[in-house]
Amino acid sequence: MTHKSVSVMPLLSFRGITKRFGPLVANDAISLDLNQGEVLALLGENGAGKTTLMNILFGHYVAEEGEILVDGAPLPPGSTDAAIQAGIGMVHQHFTLAENLTVLENITLGTEPLFAWRRDIKAARTKIADMAAEYGLHADPDKLVGALSVGERQRVEILKALYRDARILILDEPTAVLTPQESDSLFETLKKLTAKGLAVIFISHKLNEILNHTNRVVVLRRGAVAGTVTTSEADRAGLARMMVGEEVNRPKVTSMMPGNAVLRLTHVDCQSDSEAQSLKDVSLEIRAHEIIGLAGVAGNGQRTLANLLSGLATADAGDVEILGAPGVADPTELVRRGVGRIPEDRHATGVVGEMPLWENLISEDRRGAEIARAGFVIDKRRALERSKRLIEEFDIRCEGPEAETRLLSGGNMQKLILARVLSRGPEFILANQPVRGLDEGAIAYVQSRLLQARADGAGVLLISEDLDELFALSDRIAVMYHGRLTPPQDTAGLTVGDVGLLMSGHEAESAHAH
Amino acid sequence: MRIETRQEVALWRVLLAPPLAVLAALVLGAGLIIWAGEPVLASYFALLKGSLGSSFALNETLTRSTPLIFTGLAAAVAFRAKFYNIGAEGQLYCGALAATFFGTGLISLPPVLMVPFLMLVGAMAGGAILIVPVLLKTHMKVDEVVTTLLLNFVILLLAGYLLEGPWKDPMSLGWPQAAPIIDEGIWPPLLAKGRLHLGFIFALVAALLAWALMRFTVWGYEIRAVGLNASAAGFAGIGVNATVIRTALISGGLAGLAGVSEVAGLKGYLTLDLSPGFGYAGIAVAMLAQLHPLGVILSAFFISAVYVGADAMSRSTDIPTYIADVLVGLSVLTILVSVMLTRYRIRWS
Repeated sequence: MTHKSVSVMPLLSFRGITKRFGPLVANDAISLDLNQGEVLALLGENGAGKTTLMNILFGHYVAEEGEILVDGAPLPPGSTDAAIQAGIGMVHQHFTLAENLTVLENITLGTEPLFAWRRDIKAARTKIADMAAEYGLHADPDKLVGALSVGERQRVEILKALYRDARILILDEPTAVLTPQESDSLFETLKKLTAKGLAVIFISHKLNEILNHTNRVVVLRRGAVAGTVTTSEADRAGLARMMVGEEVNRPKVTSMMPGNAVLRLTHVDCQSDSEAQSLKDVSLEIRAHEIIGLAGVAGNGQRTLANLLSGLATADAGDVEILGAPGVADPTELVRRGVGRIPEDRHATGVVGEMPLWENLISEDRRGAEIARAGFVIDKRRALERSKRLIEEFDIRCEGPEAETRLLSGGNMQKLILARVLSRGPEFILANQPVRGLDEGAIAYVQSRLLQARADGAGVLLISEDLDELFALSDRIAVMYHGRLTPPQDTAGLTVGDVGLLMSGHEAESAHAH
Repeated sequence: MRIETRQEVALWRVLLAPPLAVLAALVLGAGLIIWAGEPVLASYFALLKGSLGSSFALNETLTRSTPLIFTGLAAAVAFRAKFYNIGAEGQLYCGALAATFFGTGLISLPPVLMVPFLMLVGAMAGGAILIVPVLLKTHMKVDEVVTTLLLNFVILLLAGYLLEGPWKDPMSLGWPQAAPIIDEGIWPPLLAKGRLHLGFIFALVAALLAWALMRFTVWGYEIRAVGLNASAAGFAGIGVNATVIRTALISGGLAGLAGVSEVAGLKGYLTLDLSPGFGYAGIAVAMLAQLHPLGVILSAFFISAVYVGADAMSRSTDIPTYIADVLVGLSVLTILVSVMLTRYRIRWS
């Protein structure tokens, strides 16, 4: 940093923040400083305490010990208003925008006095235009937010924080929903912001981004600061080690002779609620011993395809052949046929959180002969025996089969779903975002299980937004854009840049180039 | 003030919530008694004595709890699947109408067949009337709260028309009432004195069966899964619509049984004042029981005791019987708050 020699007070400092939830120490005496004009990365696994710390900063939680100073003055705990007043702006991972309001209305929402004769729209418009020009954050103020792309919405979120005169910007996993190109434009913006003296806290899992676009890295592990390094002196392996506490190697695919086709889609059309999500003329073949990676920005038809292959929808045109028989809108039938389904959102569709583990483990064959006596009375003893076996085999950390499923961590919940799916020895596996939001240890576990299933003869469709994952695990990669699927290409002949272009719709040029 | 989620829900909190809620309701109700200018403790004592203080009072309380167990179960089962059946009152009358239609001479069977036969047709009628609301919900997303609630008035008006017109008993001296259920269909009394009848036993059996259904069977599993997370249930292959329809039929059937019980067990014939709102009170019963079928027995007994006791209290004091409605309403509110407090804690800052 250029102004290192000048003894400036840190813009923001955490002093010994401790926060407990029952026996769990979410934040353990965390101290860190944020200086003017820097991008500080906050790195850590899920459950390391990043979100808790930011929630304390933003007044959602009150810390038991410690204090937060902004410009040397203590920030009143537990008040979001005070945090905003002090110039702290937060861009959540899941945007907090009203889709039926315009960009201008979203930005000004909540900043106007409750009782006023009229809104000063002109001044707001000028201020937004100035900010947009200054930081390269272009967004049409009169457009409805519902009509914006994800990248544009994120710009609106940032404008919203800047409109409230934020000097400290917190970005919670901001690139999770962006294409590589959109991410680059975000980093351009961050550069301009810090040049004007703003400070940014950048929360992420992605080591590449952190190494390329931040000034310092604070690594959290199990609620405590595991280390602080200047980014220019950091390397990937070192950060990963600091974050996890030990060396973790993600598995990688090794070549294997594919077998017979397990899935065959021929010119499939499938309507969805939006045009971009509707499948158009999709053809794909997946064979045994093969993992096909499906890349694409969220919202380009992956969900429709996943619904089709999960037995939640049927095609409007074309042929769907799953394990030798036509596709049906009947999950039970597909599961019986040998389809294993890992859903995109484990909380919303993977498990019933309020039910115990054992009930979630039998959800797909609750009427099967093993579990249901006379097809009607659930044999709890047998279900518990199976659960205990699977909990052990898949290393699900829990209090036991009777524990409520919602209490599991993300990784353990995903292991539960894996146990439900893989214990049946599926021949075709649909893995939709199987490692989203998991920590390094759990990611390595889930990926190695998928590779094991492939070695055992399963064909796998891996849908992911994480290109590193797709490149590490896939035999071939196909890209979805606006409901169309490019033909899968051998991973070996592809670069991240190629796939990124396909993801943003440069189908024709790139497809011809290969 | 902030509301925080509790990491774990302690069992003692869950068990303690209903009694504490009832206590809180009584404390709040005491305000009204003071307003009415009566001594609180003496009034509540009169209420207690009037509901439990003699074998006659106890008999009456159990009698009154019988239809409440049925309607409470109807709500408890349906609400588990998040199917908000507010129409138990109408379904109760449907059951009563069916029992009257078949039980007043159209068909005559020996008692051992006649009693179950009337229960069957009553339950079927109660379930059948829910078919339209439930299909509107599953196929067109029409809110079932509105349709089931409004159907109550349709059915009551239909019953009024039948009792004033074609079904009016010529022997009734002009009262709007139907012909009596034939002797073979009448449910015998349980005790030599008092109005308590076989329906009470049927209600207890129904509660046990509903509990077993919810806890041990595939249907119960599916109903709970659909209610807790319909999209996860659907993903696992549970037919969400089929489950909701099935739940609605069970719920309507249970409410229909309440009507059969009142006609064939208590009164012997159908009148327009057959139910003083048992269908609606059933919702309070189910809420107070936290939707647990066995808890429904206890909460039906409690709510019945409040109504029966309030009648006695109003005779010995200047407090109107409406206090019973107030106490029941307060209990529902306090139970909602106390259930919330088992899952969340309030921090004052």
